[in-house]
Amino acid sequence: MSNLTAQQLRQVRGLITMGVITIFAFYAFYFNSDKTESITFGFIVGNEWVLLKEWVVASKTGAGIFLICSMFGLLIGYLEFKAKRTLTFSSLIFGFGFVMSFLCWAASGKFIPFTGLLQGSLMLSIPLIFGSMSGLLCEKSGVINIAIEGQLLAAAFVSGIVASLTQNSIWGLVAAPFAGALISLLLAIFAIKYAVDQVIIGFVINVLVIGFTGFIYSELLVEYEEKWNSGPSFSSIEIPLLSKIPIIGPVLFNQTIIVYLMYVIVIVIQIALFKSKWGLRTRAVGEMPVAADSVGINVNRLRFFNVMLAGFVAGIGGAYFTIGSVGSFTKQMTAGAGFIALAGLIFGKWSPRGAVIAALFFGFADNLQSTLTIIGLAIPSEFMLMVPYVATIIAVSGVVGRVRAPAADGIPYSRGNK
Amino acid sequence: MNLIQKIKKNVLIPFFAFIFAFFIGGLVIVFSDPEVMSNLKSPSKFLTTALSKIGNSYLAVFQGSIFDINLARGESFFKGFYPLSETIVTATPLILTGLAVTLAFRSGLFNIGAQGQFIFGAIGASYVGFHFDLPPVIHPIVAIITGVFLAGIYGGIVGLLKAKTGAHEVIVTIMLNYIAGFFILWVLKTSVFLRPGRIDPLAPEVNPNSRLSQFLGEDLRIHVGIFIALAAALFVWWLLKKSTLGFKFRAVGANANAARSAGISIAFVTTSTMVLCGGLAGLGGAVHVLGTEYALTNNIGGSLGFDAITVALLGGAAPLGTVIAALLFAALRTGGTTLQSNTGTPAEIIQVIQALIVLFIAAPALIKGIFRLKQSSTDKTLTAKGWNG
Repeated sequence: MSNLTAQQLRQVRGLITMGVITIFAFYAFYFNSDKTESITFGFIVGNEWVLLKEWVVASKTGAGIFLICSMFGLLIGYLEFKAKRTLTFSSLIFGFGFVMSFLCWAASGKFIPFTGLLQGSLMLSIPLIFGSMSGLLCEKSGVINIAIEGQLLAAAFVSGIVASLTQNSIWGLVAAPFAGALISLLLAIFAIKYAVDQVIIGFVINVLVIGFTGFIYSELLVEYEEKWNSGPSFSSIEIPLLSKIPIIGPVLFNQTIIVYLMYVIVIVIQIALFKSKWGLRTRAVGEMPVAADSVGINVNRLRFFNVMLAGFVAGIGGAYFTIGSVGSFTKQMTAGAGFIALAGLIFGKWSPRGAVIAALFFGFADNLQSTLTIIGLAIPSEFMLMVPYVATIIAVSGVVGRVRAPAADGIPYSRGNK
Repeated sequence: MNLIQKIKKNVLIPFFAFIFAFFIGGLVIVFSDPEVMSNLKSPSKFLTTALSKIGNSYLAVFQGSIFDINLARGESFFKGFYPLSETIVTATPLILTGLAVTLAFRSGLFNIGAQGQFIFGAIGASYVGFHFDLPPVIHPIVAIITGVFLAGIYGGIVGLLKAKTGAHEVIVTIMLNYIAGFFILWVLKTSVFLRPGRIDPLAPEVNPNSRLSQFLGEDLRIHVGIFIALAAALFVWWLLKKSTLGFKFRAVGANANAARSAGISIAFVTTSTMVLCGGLAGLGGAVHVLGTEYALTNNIGGSLGFDAITVALLGGAAPLGTVIAALLFAALRTGGTTLQSNTGTPAEIIQVIQALIVLFIAAPALIKGIFRLKQSSTDKTLTAKGWNG
């Protein structure tokens, strides 16, 4: 044991924690469970409303099956550890098994609309994914972005207004990225040009945007709602064939244009960041700007570019709040999504893939909570609501694995002044 | 830094920041008002309506926060200061939460968690306040100590996690704010905190014995909490300037590596700073419940967490500055309410102005560039450490 590296020690600790949780879950959900009723999962297969499949399973049996799945995840974790790889895949399987067994125990005698649960989770994740992509673009190049909330809110605000004035959601979607970019411009000028502390400036920008949008909302959008705040919203587009895939098809491929844009953006960022010249330069500037500068990369220009790009991305995400769902804007409608997106970025260890998984997890936990509240559950919903936040604290505390930000994240760069 | 430079830095820049923020705030008020904008065709009419709109708005802010001539004429001159009393009532928790952020800044920590710590302080004080029956004087003291203790632990978690695992305080405090928000929602639903006969999230009022006295009579809501807040500011000043512990705090804040080489335990400083910060914010929560609100509600924290940070930034992370900034912001806040009711201009404009003030203060280079003030080499803006710091 003594000759393990710190990283391996943490992995051992993580595996032991998973093991303990599994044993506890077996005791609580299986051996000691007094639930005798069965649970019904509803799936939408193929066309909505047409093919509804149900899967009925006894509470105890279901919990047992999924806990075996968890143990399988644990086994994979052990193999991953032996193979000196990160415990990503195994944690996912373990988490899935644990959550499902919990569900079997908690919702005994109830009906869980499984497809609806997934659809709702994705809907809640969408702005988080856009937000964390915005944070990622900034932070990979070394600029901390606390202003994600401001970017999302400003874009939601502008896209709502533009869509209402033109009565055309396309124009709203066109305007939204520019609103996000405007906030980015503020961040970039203060953080890069004036070298103001990035955490502080991001924070102040958020207050500014919350105040400004709130002001205009009360002054114009409430009073002259007909003109300023009654925009249309996008309707879903069903993609042929793909939307027919069982379970995930209706979830992933019957969405609005904003969601399809999100798929493209995430994939492009994931590939570009690790395969393109721009990606290499971005990472170099974020890790070691001095070295990047010495080979002729204009550090601050690249950072400026990335921060602006981040604004565009967050802007599309902001549009989701208004024209992507309800159409009209309400005060502080982003409700802290920007901060959760930031947490997701850190939770996902500053990688696009990780951030997406984290956002999906947050969305799932949030939606699971509301589903369980609707079907009526013994556990107070407030504690379910806390789960994503507690999970983030656990994640950043390094129980699961150490997270490390890009080395130069948050440090303004100027030549001769490291 | 000589005296003139000091005055320039501490007076001139905030002054210009205020002027600027109010100027931009005025533009926002004018350009968002369809009535004023409808006069755009004739410049002179537009200018007069615009100026009168701005004038009326800012006059309402003054009337609502310092002195109301109508109240003074109506009853007594003394009564005219009712708004000032309200300003001080608003400032009291703001001073304490602001200090919680200020103290953290000086140790190189960015405490966004004042909100959560405030909530725990309020919960503790409220529970002791309504659940027990203790003699006067002792009751509020016990209630305050309970609140401070709970909040101190809540803040301490942040410091401990940072010290032991390197978890960044910004992210942890943001998360803990949400957790505290959900926690108070839950607490208010429990049978202990539910007011008999009610089903909405509202705790019983604290016992009269535990309330902080309104020393200027029942008409004015000002209570002894302001003296507690000022004493706390004095304590923070003493701690930072005169005590060994405070020296360690500042050493770590200025240069953690150097401090470590000098034998100061960073882990100890981080944890104790956050415990103290939590305690200060919790004191704010306790004082707010015992002096102003009496009953715990789920919205007791309001936007205090955000306001506390803007106050600390405006105050230059110094105790005296924080007190002054808190009073100023409280005046704007209370004035904002009057602004909304008297002129119909939404109170959110105050939030815009506050953010602008801090924006200009956080970026001295900008203001200096605009006003062509001389750049001094000793200028150091506030900094929070990046994720790896």
